[in-house]
Amino acid sequence: MKYRRLLAAAGATLLLAMGIPPLGARTLYNLPYGVTPISHAIYGLNMMAFWIMCGIAAIVFGAITWSIIFHRRSRHPKPADFHENTALEVVWTIIPFIILIVMAIPAARVLIRAENVHHSEMTVEVTGYQWLWRYTYPRWNINIYSRLADSSLRIAPLNSGLSPYSTPHYLHAVTHPLVLPVGEKIRLLITSKDVIHSWWVPDLGVQMDANPGLVNSIWVKILKPGIYRGQCNQICGWGHAYMPIVVVAKPKAQFLAWVKQWRQRHPLAGAASPVSNPDP
Amino acid sequence: MSQSIALSHDAHPASRGLMRWIKTTNHKDIGTLYLLFSLIMFFIGGAMAMVIRAELYEPGLQFVNPGFYNQLVTMHGLIMIFGAVMPAFVGLANWMIPLMIGAPDMALPRLNNWSFWILPFAFTLLLLTLFLPGGGPEGGWTLYVPYSMELGYSFPFLIFAIHLMGISSVLGGINIIVTILNMRAPGMTLMKMPLFVWAWLITAYLLVAVMPVLAGGVTMQLFDHFFGTHFFSVAGGGSPLLWENVFWFFGHPEVYIMILPAFGIISEIVPTFSHKPLFGRTTMIYALASIAFLSFIVWGHHMFTSGMPVSADLFFMFSTMLIAVPTGVKIFNWVATMWKGALTFETPMLFAIAFIVLFTIGGFSGVMLSLVPADFQYHNSYFVVAHIHYVLVTGAVFAIMAAVYFWLPKWTGHMYSEFWGKVHFWVSVISVNVLYFPMHFLGLAGMPRRVPDYAVQFTNLNMVSSIGGFVFGAAQLIFVAIIFATIYGGKKAEAHVWEGAHGLEWTVPSPAPYHTFTTPPEVAG
Repeated sequence: MKYRRLLAAAGATLLLAMGIPPLGARTLYNLPYGVTPISHAIYGLNMMAFWIMCGIAAIVFGAITWSIIFHRRSRHPKPADFHENTALEVVWTIIPFIILIVMAIPAARVLIRAENVHHSEMTVEVTGYQWLWRYTYPRWNINIYSRLADSSLRIAPLNSGLSPYSTPHYLHAVTHPLVLPVGEKIRLLITSKDVIHSWWVPDLGVQMDANPGLVNSIWVKILKPGIYRGQCNQICGWGHAYMPIVVVAKPKAQFLAWVKQWRQRHPLAGAASPVSNPDP
Repeated sequence: MSQSIALSHDAHPASRGLMRWIKTTNHKDIGTLYLLFSLIMFFIGGAMAMVIRAELYEPGLQFVNPGFYNQLVTMHGLIMIFGAVMPAFVGLANWMIPLMIGAPDMALPRLNNWSFWILPFAFTLLLLTLFLPGGGPEGGWTLYVPYSMELGYSFPFLIFAIHLMGISSVLGGINIIVTILNMRAPGMTLMKMPLFVWAWLITAYLLVAVMPVLAGGVTMQLFDHFFGTHFFSVAGGGSPLLWENVFWFFGHPEVYIMILPAFGIISEIVPTFSHKPLFGRTTMIYALASIAFLSFIVWGHHMFTSGMPVSADLFFMFSTMLIAVPTGVKIFNWVATMWKGALTFETPMLFAIAFIVLFTIGGFSGVMLSLVPADFQYHNSYFVVAHIHYVLVTGAVFAIMAAVYFWLPKWTGHMYSEFWGKVHFWVSVISVNVLYFPMHFLGLAGMPRRVPDYAVQFTNLNMVSSIGGFVFGAAQLIFVAIIFATIYGGKKAEAHVWEGAHGLEWTVPSPAPYHTFTTPPEVAG
């Protein structure tokens, strides 16, 4: 079993080493294509940079390989004497510069788009704690405390004797997910109550530090309903590996129904939820 | 002072046994001390890496608790950077710079002795923290605030240890600058200096410029922790982002401190075994200088997700991308040096070629990381772990190994075993890629760095990586065996060890006598 997994991974590694990018939205060997306009744009940048790097690699490593094979002493005993060529130096200063500009322009455009939080239709406050996330919906006075699900918590400790394979989404399941509507521009205000955390969900193309005492803002517009998982990405103490993020994206109507249901179940608006929901 | 002048006329060390090493002011002795110290630290830091890879072999916790894991991650970083890589380069500088510029010794020999002997104390302090209640420092070598404010007894030890390392580095840096600028043999003009000496001159300026910034920063942390200041605490009007800025203003030049001497080494080795002069010597020097200059204006690229304004993100993205230009020039020039040469593949050359290829891969991921929106996905993931290890292990460490094989005959008077050197090379170069290449995929797939446990979809690649890690770790035992076998025996080395080599260090016998160039050599016009 383990052996086969190992072999599969080695094969896939080889495949990618040969420069064949895997197809499909979610893979273990590349960035996720994701479900937001920004994650799509990032995926595009990633692939553009990857192929440009492959091109440069082909030239540089090709020249090195050629040298190793044909300019070894046994084949090429008399070394040439050249050691300067100003024209060549100018060429290989300018060409990389142009390649960089080609990459910098789209990257700058995506960046400006990604950081433009104006005209958002909804706001959610994200607060990091050691070691859980709190999600606040100011419009509805909803407060969600989102911790690592008990199913993972039982398995995690040293010598727990339980297998991480015995639960779906080990370390990527929470007590209460962040529920968001699809198709709306949502502004996330991210901060922390203790140390620095970082809110990272690869499928949304979002990673933003949660700094204590400072508020960072970023936006998402989720295009597809579904469950998207991530986790804290700034070392924040003992439980750093144990503060996952789960985002459940629902169509607007279902989202509003969820809001209504939540408020009925928690009449004391703003209070933390006393009951645990099953894992999403 | 008069005593040290008197001593310099003896052909042998003034004292014997342990006292020789404690009291020595000889650049070769101090170089050896630095290199051996670095080797020990390389193994201590490496042992920690082995525990880390063992823990990450499978999901779930098998060996260590998360708290201790965080300490391992932190200590591994601090020890490898400040204990292994930097002292190795300073050791090489001590041994080789006087030999390469025709100087009898370093300019400030007593300072030299002191700057080495601070280090064992600094690292004893640092390692001691592992045995304190609460254990060693956590939070990574970046020591981000306010996490570092949660540290217990280890905190003051850590700060004091960093101060000591900083003092040692600054003193070493000053010594190197003074030596290079004042002690060159007549005729050794600046532009004639070997590239290794040039690289170190520039590196030494970086050291003197940024180590005090780190010292100032950690002192501010110390004051926040014990004396009620609020430099980094929002509650008192400070900001944790101030620390990030201060740290990375030091931290980025720091990573170049660990790579510029490597560039110098590769620029010595590639022409030697290509039997052809270095291509574009002058451009190479300018490229080194531009990389050093740029290193001061790119620190923000470590903080793209910290919430900087767009304008700052853009500035740091563009400035970071610029670094690719001079770095690319260096790589193209090395390739052009090999082009139409008469290549031979002794162990130093093998490590140098591996350096060029694998460092370039590290450079590729570096360019990708500079694209800010893409960095939103790569940041702090295993992609970054892959990047830093490609530039630091297959970059800096491979260059150090190349240098050791290159100059070991000069140091010991014996040839190392070419067979075992090649075994060490091939096992290392294969395993190191098995170790680090899968980390690119892990990062892209969403695995964060600095976690002791992970979601099960990351298992396969972690297993591959761990196996590579164990082999790479074991391969370094071959390295140690080769070094000690060469110190104590082996074929006698000639003065001019490598046929294609040029430079003053090859004009003195092997092993280099205890005192060399007591009268300055002639440097051909």
